[in-house]
Amino acid sequence: MKIAFTSQGTTPDALMDPRFGRTAFLLVYDEESGQYEHCDNRQVEGVAHGAAVQTARRLFEMGAQVLVTGNGPGGNAASVLQRSGVQTFIGAGGMTVERAYEAWKSGKLQRFE
Amino acid sequence: MKEIVVISGKGGTGKTSISASFSLLGGEEVITADCDVDAADLHLLLAPDFAHAEDFHSGLLARIDPARCDECGICAEVCRFDAVHMVDGHHHIRELDCEGCGYCARVCPQRAILLQERRVGQWYRSRLRTGGTMVHARLDIGAENSGKLVAKVKQEAREAAREQGREWILVDGAPGIGCPVMSSLSGADAVVFVTEPTVSGFHDLRRVHDLVRRFDMTTACIVNKADLNPEMTRHVHAFLQEAGIRHLADLPYDEAFTEAMVEGCTVVEKQGSPLARALEESWTRLRTLLETERTGDHP
Amino acid sequence: MRVAIASGKGGTGKTTVSVNLADLLAQHRPVVLADLDVEEPNSGLFIQAGTVHQEAVHRMVPSWEADQCTFCGVCQEVCQFNALIETGSEVMVFRELCHSCYACSELCPVEALPMTPMKIGDLSHRRTGALDLVQGCLDIGQEQAVPLIARTLDYLGERFSRDTLILCDAPPGTACPMIEAVKDADFVLLVTEPTPFGLHDLKLAVETVRGLGRPCAVVINRHGLGNADVEAYCRQEGIPVAARLPHSREAARCYARGERIHPHVPEVAAQLEMVAEFIQRIEQEGAA
Repeated sequence: MKIAFTSQGTTPDALMDPRFGRTAFLLVYDEESGQYEHCDNRQVEGVAHGAAVQTARRLFEMGAQVLVTGNGPGGNAASVLQRSGVQTFIGAGGMTVERAYEAWKSGKLQRFE
Repeated sequence: MKEIVVISGKGGTGKTSISASFSLLGGEEVITADCDVDAADLHLLLAPDFAHAEDFHSGLLARIDPARCDECGICAEVCRFDAVHMVDGHHHIRELDCEGCGYCARVCPQRAILLQERRVGQWYRSRLRTGGTMVHARLDIGAENSGKLVAKVKQEAREAAREQGREWILVDGAPGIGCPVMSSLSGADAVVFVTEPTVSGFHDLRRVHDLVRRFDMTTACIVNKADLNPEMTRHVHAFLQEAGIRHLADLPYDEAFTEAMVEGCTVVEKQGSPLARALEESWTRLRTLLETERTGDHP
Repeated sequence: MRVAIASGKGGTGKTTVSVNLADLLAQHRPVVLADLDVEEPNSGLFIQAGTVHQEAVHRMVPSWEADQCTFCGVCQEVCQFNALIETGSEVMVFRELCHSCYACSELCPVEALPMTPMKIGDLSHRRTGALDLVQGCLDIGQEQAVPLIARTLDYLGERFSRDTLILCDAPPGTACPMIEAVKDADFVLLVTEPTPFGLHDLKLAVETVRGLGRPCAVVINRHGLGNADVEAYCRQEGIPVAARLPHSREAARCYARGERIHPHVPEVAAQLEMVAEFIQRIEQEGAA
């Protein structure tokens, strides 16, 4: 399974970015290979509209089945995620990516629907 | 971090004068952001030093390379914005009309159309005489005020607040109900409506409130020039009550605002005036309101 | 002749001048007042008139047809505005992000994204005596004013001959809605007030109007307030000052009540007459 995290850095010890649409990075953990892969999302800074749509596109391209983030995505982001088949979990703001993974694994995060 | 946005819908209600007063009262604790990038006037009262300036690019602009163009005209056919014109027998893109959609570049058989980043303005990071930091901007003439420059100003203001460990961001919001206002409101904790008891003022207050309702934020209102039309002021008060908007103050129709403006200062610097007192009280109430009502951390 | 009434800054009295001037002119001749400040169209608040025409204004946006789509990804790739996304099982269209460029629709190899109309606002045409009022009003939550301004201007072109006097209340600022309203005007009247804000924004407006190659003049509102810097600037730049509307609490009160000012404040009426004469002079020069 591939799990995507919204993060402020590119390594597993980085803090989560609580935002989805405007997250600095998307960090994807592949449970099979044990490898992390990241995508720099900071170019959405200059985007006033459609940031969430752009981020969602990157997420889909990375092929993750699960998304772990902080706040509940709003508006466009919420509707895209709901209809995409990517399972979204929230409430991991303030954790590191590693901790967020553990929290998700042990079922401590809330499912966003 | 708490973010307060001052908006008005209609121009000329005193929004900028009131924002400037709050900025001065907040002093160095407050990061000030001027999001009225189309008619940026806050700097005339706060005298920022424009210490740091950067160009801001947003969107794309198509340009035809005359060396590659064979004048087939397909670009003109597909352009829905009527941006392709003939100049001296050559196809040419008029910058003002180009929407940056890139359709022409995509279909050009000669690959003669380049898409470049478009400069839409400049943004500045300044120090104020209060010691506080101000982030402001100037939209280039004729540029599309898509809200992106507004978003940039807010982002830089938040960055400055984080760096300096400041708790408050004060935003002079954009007028109207379009993209720039939406961008000024996004992610804020509170909005202060500045209105006047005029037919237009009340009309625009209701329109802009319709917009604000879509966001989750604390709402408050200052009625400026309240004595101009006491009956309308009563209607405004009733509306505020009904809509659950906190009424911060009624200010009199007072030329002190203009006098301060002519002197290049804020009205609260005119010590002892009733206007200054009312604004000081409003600022204190607003801060207390936010400290008690909104404790959670917001994105 | 089309005269745009504009101002760099909001709240300088642009609508007051437009409404009162139109009303005054209509006492002697037919005149059209077009409110192009579609985000905050307020001219209609001051004028009672009977409806002549009303229409919903739309712009075209793509709508997805599931049974045609092959999920080739072209649409999301060509869209510069992030208005489309493939979620795997469908293509979602975010209509409010769409700029109506038609690229996705026309480049779709299987015609799965036909363009369909989306309502963005209303256009109304009302009449009282010799005064026609045409007004665009943007729906709340719609972000793009330009298509509605463009439609309102087209309507004026369809409905009135080129020699009809049309006063256009333009959106404030110097961004694209203002440009759209001003770029094809025969003459631009810039309303300002004699304050530092007024002057600062007037300079930007003058630069814009000159950039568009339109002739202009200034109307100073609330004359007597502030200082003389606006006058000095106009002199220096060679911009005619068509009139100086005196600063008056009574005028402000009339405005607050939604009343026309010229019947109540003779000093303002006299200055508005000067603007009217100024416009008629330009009209005659244009015709000659």
